[in-house]
Amino acid sequence: MGRAKLPRKSTNIDMTAMCDVAFLLLSFFILTTKFKPSEAIAVTTPKSVSAKIAPQKDFVQIILDKDGKVFLTMDDEAKKEQIANTLNSTKNLGINPTAFKKALFIGAPFGSLNSFLQLPEDRRKGNALPGIPVKDSSNNELTEWMRLIKDAYTGQKQPALLLKGDNLAKYPAFKAIIDAFKKNDLLKFQMITNPEGAPVGTDLWKRGQAGEKQEEL
Amino acid sequence: MAEMDTSSGGGHKKGPGVKKGKKLSTRVDLTPMVDLGFLLITFFIFTTTMSQATAMRLFLPKDADKPEDQNKAKESGVITILLGKDNHVFYYEGILDNNASNFKSSNFHDIRQVLINKKARTPEKDMVVVIKPSNDCTYKNVVDMLDEMAINILKRYALVDISEPEAKLVQISDQSAAASGQN
Repeated sequence: MGRAKLPRKSTNIDMTAMCDVAFLLLSFFILTTKFKPSEAIAVTTPKSVSAKIAPQKDFVQIILDKDGKVFLTMDDEAKKEQIANTLNSTKNLGINPTAFKKALFIGAPFGSLNSFLQLPEDRRKGNALPGIPVKDSSNNELTEWMRLIKDAYTGQKQPALLLKGDNLAKYPAFKAIIDAFKKNDLLKFQMITNPEGAPVGTDLWKRGQAGEKQEEL
Repeated sequence: MAEMDTSSGGGHKKGPGVKKGKKLSTRVDLTPMVDLGFLLITFFIFTTTMSQATAMRLFLPKDADKPEDQNKAKESGVITILLGKDNHVFYYEGILDNNASNFKSSNFHDIRQVLINKKARTPEKDMVVVIKPSNDCTYKNVVDMLDEMAINILKRYALVDISEPEAKLVQISDQSAAASGQN
């Protein structure tokens, strides 16, 4: 029987192209990865099911670290300068508005604010600083700060209030911050969290399965 | 592509006595390299966390000065959750008995079932969750509990200061829980 002979083909595939693609992707991922900027104040935020992205501009952020120390940051430099000037005229602190404007965060009582601002930026580390005193309810300096900020934004859209708290921070410090907000009638704020999926079987999960959007609470 | 021309010159035959140099193929098997490449890609993709932080909203109620201004809640629909030290959770339904007989202990895992049961039993408009963090609980505990409200879609909840007898009760229960944990 004359069977047609099939030519034997090699099963070797040229992997070069695939290799190229793999490494191209690899280098792409490595290069596009942004490293987290090292932060002066180490904070590990808790997780929540909230899917709302935290605002990236026009915010005032209160940082609560694990020892219960409170720091304040805000992104609007013009407002910061304005606050510094107000502080100088009302409390006679004699701080340098430019230094205040450039400071990434504020973490000292009013009394030692001046010496705090004279520290070089790289020596302002969360664990070595006193933070804004809040614990004493009769002398909660954050209340004062919030009033200053509120006044600075009078007649404008109020900034988004963010609270970035550490997992291990104790509740009294958190309460002191809430009190400072409340005293200034700032009743809406947002807590920075890490995203996490809704646990399977719960009402929120069922709603997610039904394709409804997570409503704003 | 990944090979080099090793054939010598124009390929002319050498003389009869001359040994032929063995032609070595320079073709490299790139399969392991591809494997490695994709392995690294997968590794990088899985280890990258989205740094996009999310935010959880919380609306604070305005402090009501006069007691008659405060919101009233039906006793049957109220569940009070107390947060203690070391992630302890306690709860009671309605009003706390004088002898604290309805004061129950729970944890962050079981409290969800308690809330789901309560939600199923009570009409929606009566259901109120009162969260009372004690001074020993952490920020994480509070956020977790607020998150629990979002998870179970409980619309009415309040963050309330703990009262003196409750704080004591939580403290005692914390100690007894710690003691039983040691034994």
